[in-house]
Amino acid sequence: MLILLLINIPLAGALAAWLIRSDTRRPLVLPVVAGIHLTLVIRAIAASPPQTPDSWIYLDAIGKLFLLEFSLLFAACACYAVNYLQYRKERSNQVLCTGFLVCLSAMTLATVAHHLGLLWLAIETTTLVMAPLVYFNRNARSIEATWKYMLICSIGIALALLGILFLAYSTIVAGFPPSLILETLQRYAPSLPGVWLKAAFVLMLVGYGTKMGLAPMHTWKPDAYGEAPGLVGAMLAGGLANCGLLGLMRLCQICMSSPAVHFYQSCLIGMGLFSIALASIFLLRQTDIKRMLAYSSVEHMGLFAVALGLGGKALFGVMLHLIGNGLAKGVLFLASGNIHRAFASKNREVARGALRRAPWTGALFLAGFLAMTGSPPFLPFASEYIFFSAAFSQGHTITGSLLALLLVLAFLGMALTVIPVVFGDPPKDRQRTKYHDTALLVGPPLVLLILLGILGLWLPEPLFRLVTEAAKLLEATR
Amino acid sequence: MNTLADQLLVFVLLINILILGTRRTKVAIRAIAVQGIILGLLPLMTHEFQSHILIITIFVLLAKGVCIPWLLLGALKKIESGEELQPIFGYSGNIMAGAVTTVLAFVFAAKLPLAQIHLGLLTVPTSLATILAGFIAIANRRKAINQVIGYLMLENGIFIFGLLLTEAMPLMVEAGALLDLIAGIFVMGLIIKQISREFSSIDTSRMTALREEE
Amino acid sequence: MADILIHCMLIILMPPLLFGVINRTKAAFAGRSGAPLLQPYYDLFRLLRKGSVFSRTATWVFRAGPVVALAATLAAALLIPLGNHRPPLSFNGDMILFVYLLALGRFFTATAALDTGSSFEGMGAAREVTFSCLAEPVICIALLVLSRLSGQLSLYGILAHSSITLWMTSGAALILLVAGLFLVLLSENCRIPFDDPTTHLELTMIHEVMVLDHSGPAFGMILYGAALKLFILGALFLNVLLPLRAASPLLDWLVFLMSMILLAVTVGIVESCMARYRLVRVPQILLAACVLSAFAMLLVVR
Repeated sequence: MLILLLINIPLAGALAAWLIRSDTRRPLVLPVVAGIHLTLVIRAIAASPPQTPDSWIYLDAIGKLFLLEFSLLFAACACYAVNYLQYRKERSNQVLCTGFLVCLSAMTLATVAHHLGLLWLAIETTTLVMAPLVYFNRNARSIEATWKYMLICSIGIALALLGILFLAYSTIVAGFPPSLILETLQRYAPSLPGVWLKAAFVLMLVGYGTKMGLAPMHTWKPDAYGEAPGLVGAMLAGGLANCGLLGLMRLCQICMSSPAVHFYQSCLIGMGLFSIALASIFLLRQTDIKRMLAYSSVEHMGLFAVALGLGGKALFGVMLHLIGNGLAKGVLFLASGNIHRAFASKNREVARGALRRAPWTGALFLAGFLAMTGSPPFLPFASEYIFFSAAFSQGHTITGSLLALLLVLAFLGMALTVIPVVFGDPPKDRQRTKYHDTALLVGPPLVLLILLGILGLWLPEPLFRLVTEAAKLLEATR
Repeated sequence: MNTLADQLLVFVLLINILILGTRRTKVAIRAIAVQGIILGLLPLMTHEFQSHILIITIFVLLAKGVCIPWLLLGALKKIESGEELQPIFGYSGNIMAGAVTTVLAFVFAAKLPLAQIHLGLLTVPTSLATILAGFIAIANRRKAINQVIGYLMLENGIFIFGLLLTEAMPLMVEAGALLDLIAGIFVMGLIIKQISREFSSIDTSRMTALREEE
Repeated sequence: MADILIHCMLIILMPPLLFGVINRTKAAFAGRSGAPLLQPYYDLFRLLRKGSVFSRTATWVFRAGPVVALAATLAAALLIPLGNHRPPLSFNGDMILFVYLLALGRFFTATAALDTGSSFEGMGAAREVTFSCLAEPVICIALLVLSRLSGQLSLYGILAHSSITLWMTSGAALILLVAGLFLVLLSENCRIPFDDPTTHLELTMIHEVMVLDHSGPAFGMILYGAALKLFILGALFLNVLLPLRAASPLLDWLVFLMSMILLAVTVGIVESCMARYRLVRVPQILLAACVLSAFAMLLVVR
């Protein structure tokens, strides 16, 4: 019941946003829906109804964590949007508001779906709904980005569907009645035929990996993140990419109970390391702050893949990093949106000295960068620390060392861009924009940042239990 | 019963080659519509009659046979581009690649461990061949609209594989997938119109503004 | 015995009629009354009565060209079953001879064209040979597929095996074969959309340009040979497409005649409805025909 409300309230909000005529009043729907959604999410996490066997829709611990992250991020974006859209009065925000709300509904559906087909449907819907939002700026560059995003993601998601069908077919070959329910498949997994399962795994890894932005399917990501408004970028990085991750996790839940665990683990680690390596290299010479953030997202998605491949202790870190990465991306993208507005540019050659031009935003951007790259006391420090300790204690010494090297490289690369943007001298010759820091533009990312800091130092008992439970769900049973 | 389905699947294979080899976008769109209609009829051949199957058939016929071609033709009319863009490897290269991948699909499908009831059917090789043909069309064609057609072929190939497991796929998910497909094509159609306005061409190889600076 | 006689009669008498039917069909589509049905026969007689002109630079190859081509085609005609009847000559492996006889005819036509030393004719020969590179595999693969389906090695054996039941069991492969063979039937006999036998531009012609220098009886032989080739390939095509078996031999001959005329009408309709492809498109279409028959092979061998 609660779950149905969670899915339908954003939809109702979307309808309202579509119907409201005024461009100034419409964005107000966003924080209202976000508030209701967040409250309901907290209630849903507290109450855990017993699971009926083989149900399609059920909120398990993994789903709860994802849902919490989505809802928090959405709330921040929604509050931010109210003020941000006042700066963008030149175009109608009808599509943006509606799309955001539909996307929230689809993401909620993805977190509760235990039927792989339904999960796929939800993820596909998020992809579609975001396409017009990437095109918010309506110029040649953004249409190019939208086209790449749409085509590459659609193909990726289609491949994931093929993988799901392969998975269902493997149950037929093994002589079971065909099914796509997660728990049923988990039960079957040890006796499913290896060829079909491996093919399904590879296809779904490629498919959901496209959505996450794992290299080499990441090519759409810098373009889409670079051309979309900061607000949409935050949703893409913290929401859509995580939807892909959710799909991958559900897949891992099934595959890790099958005999050929090593194959799946090495696939994940290999792809993850490749993504991190590629992202770190591109980070080193990036001058555009939003494209930089996109590569940082590629890097962290790679980190997730590696950690999923490592398994064991790293899974606890995955669950923490899920929250940490999502919220930190929110801080960075919202702050980068402010910087873009303040300097009318997102290139580090022009957008210099944010600390003087817009002090709060500059400070936020710097802190967000520190949080993202895993500096204490923020949450990603804890999760990345867990990854390293898991890698070395479980005998993956080479993976661990490579990971350390690449993360240092990524830190350097991001610092090369962030430091001039924050500390440099503001350009004198350019006209000043109307932008100035306001409570609503700085508040939401600030709240996210404070949350990151608190969680990095102290994990509340219920959240700790939830994370442990979620990590246990992912644990290989063999 | 199944030989009839097999013969329809051969038509699907032929349409793949036709789409790869044709130079007129309109022909390709009509061909993909015919392919969609064949796909819609297939569930009736391969399964015994149930209301579930009938509903799927109607959905597919409406979506792939009517709605999507109509959207594509609409997009084509708006862009009004008479320019002819050679595929990157030429038309003959396209056809040859299609033929070679079809053979590979047959060879590969013969190696897959299929369930006893599905041995010797054309479904799996056709599905793989159609998916690969879709990839060729996407990679080799330069017009945005032809890439969309390639994407549709890819989806059609996946649908053919789905025929083997109609029991596992609930009606709701199938209908949802089709709706998503229509919405996706609709959005792609809109994007194509914008592309032709911004670039005054739908040659995607002209889109080079976004890349890493050297 | 009677069957062999009828067979020989048909291959001698019927081929020009096909051209007559095709021309009448095209005339009907264009709204003209058209030439009489027997016009090709009159043309042949007219040519046979004329004298010949030979270029001083041409050698014996030029003179031998039409003769050998006609002889080879006639020999091939003896191998092909017409309808449900055993051909005069039939032995294991005759399908290979059949393909080679057709190739021999083409070889001599092309060399005769080269022998004239004219650039136009050389160009035509080059085109003809290029396109037949793609058309011959289709026939070969088609015969292979049929041979595989029937388990026989003689033309009569593999073609007689084709039946309604075969269409029911492996119809998919046969559809592909028929489509491929029809394309080759049109291209090998220089019909629209591959070549236009009535065009007056040497630059765009393929087959007609090769025989520009021939005159009189030699040209008559060439015309007759072309008609015979259409007849042979048509018979091959019909054996696959319409394996109709009537009860009595006489009825079978009737069925064969009717279906042959029907085929000529179909060709006429295709010619009326289509324009000639540009030359660069022709190899692509023939390639598609190859792909079709290769698919058929794939389906059968699988």
